[in-house]
Amino acid sequence: MNIHEYQAKAILRNFGVPVPDGHVVYNSNLARDWARRLGDGPWAVKAQIHAGGRGKGGGVKIAKTADEVRQYAKDMFGMTLITHQTGPEGKTVKRVLVENASNIADEFYISFLVDRATDRVTLMASAEGGMDIEEVAAKTPEKIFFEAVDPVVGLTAFQARKVAFKLGFAMPQVKQAVPLFLNLYKAFVEADCSLLEINPMILTAEGDLLCIDAKLNFDDNALFRHLRIRDLRDYDEEDPMEIEASQYDLSYIALDGNIGCMVNGAGLAMATMDIIKHTGGEPANFLDVGGGATIERVTEAFKIILSDDKVKGILVNIFGGIMKCDVIATGIIEAAKQVGVSIPLVVRLEGTNVEKGRQLLAESGLNIVSAEGMADAAEKIVKAVNG
Amino acid sequence: MSILIDKNTKVITQGITGATGLFHAQGARDYGTQMVGGVTPGKGGTKVDGFPIFNTVEDAVKETGATASVIYVPPIGSADAIMEAVDAGIELVICITEGVPVLDMVKVRKYMDGRNCRLIGPNCPGVITPGECKIGIMPGYIHKPGPVGVVSRSGTLTYEAVWQLTSRNIGQSTCVGIGGDPVNGTSHLDVLKMFETDPKTKAVIMIGEIGGNAEEEAAAYVRDHMTKPVAAFIAGATAPAGKRMGHAGAIISGGKGDAASKKAFLAECGISVADSPADMATALLKIWTP
Repeated sequence: MNIHEYQAKAILRNFGVPVPDGHVVYNSNLARDWARRLGDGPWAVKAQIHAGGRGKGGGVKIAKTADEVRQYAKDMFGMTLITHQTGPEGKTVKRVLVENASNIADEFYISFLVDRATDRVTLMASAEGGMDIEEVAAKTPEKIFFEAVDPVVGLTAFQARKVAFKLGFAMPQVKQAVPLFLNLYKAFVEADCSLLEINPMILTAEGDLLCIDAKLNFDDNALFRHLRIRDLRDYDEEDPMEIEASQYDLSYIALDGNIGCMVNGAGLAMATMDIIKHTGGEPANFLDVGGGATIERVTEAFKIILSDDKVKGILVNIFGGIMKCDVIATGIIEAAKQVGVSIPLVVRLEGTNVEKGRQLLAESGLNIVSAEGMADAAEKIVKAVNG
Repeated sequence: MSILIDKNTKVITQGITGATGLFHAQGARDYGTQMVGGVTPGKGGTKVDGFPIFNTVEDAVKETGATASVIYVPPIGSADAIMEAVDAGIELVICITEGVPVLDMVKVRKYMDGRNCRLIGPNCPGVITPGECKIGIMPGYIHKPGPVGVVSRSGTLTYEAVWQLTSRNIGQSTCVGIGGDPVNGTSHLDVLKMFETDPKTKAVIMIGEIGGNAEEEAAAYVRDHMTKPVAAFIAGATAPAGKRMGHAGAIISGGKGDAASKKAFLAECGISVADSPADMATALLKIWTP
């Protein structure tokens, strides 16, 4: 799960991490009023969407007067911000963060994440702050420093010091960096983050370290123990169909093609999309109906797939393991009847009682094309859709 | 011979009194696995469908001599269940549970350091040595004893590969589902090493996914050390970057872990890479004759 920058900063502030004073607003007059309350300026006015690269699209402005804050906020509300992380459709700005701006002397990159290679939480830092870290990693990997954290003792002061010295800090900044890094680690672990990224952490002209941007992603599997964090979920930032799917424990992701897919199991679902593409078609979605493909779930899955106007045909690929194929076939027939599927429907069933399942589909009176094997299924649906 | 499990393996089920745990314990017993009991705190001394229940894994091990444990405990208690099994001296722990918090697994990995225990999973279908022992949720009847080792992060995609082999009358030595989570107990590389030293395994199918670099690490081992032929498929060629495809591990981030670069590297390492998931068995048969 992702949250907004202002929410991330509020969490980090509670862990003692230095962040600028600021306030989120929902209209431009409040932006001006909060600017006055915060100080004498200048202020940063920042569009709050779940994507990076906002500055390039006009989503981050520095204002010298409170009226300028109002004007910038006014420009931002309702604007569609397109960045390299939003996709071509962009995202609409509905919240704006106003905060005190700082005199930046230098910028740094700091993040914590779980490194799959070491199975450890890892501190990642670079003096190339403010830049796209992926670009730094590709061009100058030697400029990124890593410290893997022992989960029993946590991040240690000496590790924080090592990184601070590598970043080129003088002793006064090292002394600030150590508690800052330790508190970031504490926030990462206590909030069950999957990513904590500060880009940039700045050195101000006055010699202080300050986190002027913050990105927190949370481990979805751990949200059961973080009710307050769950409350921060912003449904406006998510695909409405993905939200609908999640209510039925269906894992759904919309894509650009015209062949809807319904599959059991994430790996097989990915592979089904792959074989459609391999056969010359384009998948419209990723959809995992899970192990127990009940009538209700299959019905909801059909509804979600069909609510995408681009879909011109549906491929159902179920490897019935524990679930018997005749039960699944009954579910597909019931669901197709209820929903009224009028576009080509190709069903590939494999597993227990497959003959019975195929027979049920054939005798259903519905326009269902039965397929044998994944290759046959893909060819049939691509042919039906592309002609 | 086979890897990890065989007809002599004695298995207990942690979380046996839950519907899922009991259902799959019965399924494994029907397959012929020595399912010797289960653990549910507070129900020790009772029996469920003939399975003796114990309060702790320690008690279960003492009474039954089990060396393997399979875990169906819900995510909130999975890490604790794994550590309890490790502490009780279980040699092989298979955690089926999906949705275990990543930081719980980081702690579990640390806890297991230096202990003589192998963990498979979490979020995995389990392990099967066809005809001898089935631990997990896979349908037993699609398998057939034989010479091909199968290792995969996925469940149903593994069944697909197994089925492609079985329908060509080619059996499997052992099939291992290592699970789709970013931090897990056993990697592709670990399993390849076991297949390499197992006399019964003559060839291997490795099924990977986008995300991480575990498949690349395994491929380097194939190139440098492996004498047995390996075929592979990488799922997720059509997955867009930054989107998580069901498995928490299956995400392309920072331009790394995409299917095209994985496939290219695997091919460079001498692995027969299937472009289509329908061709996993044929990719193996291109470089190996049963």
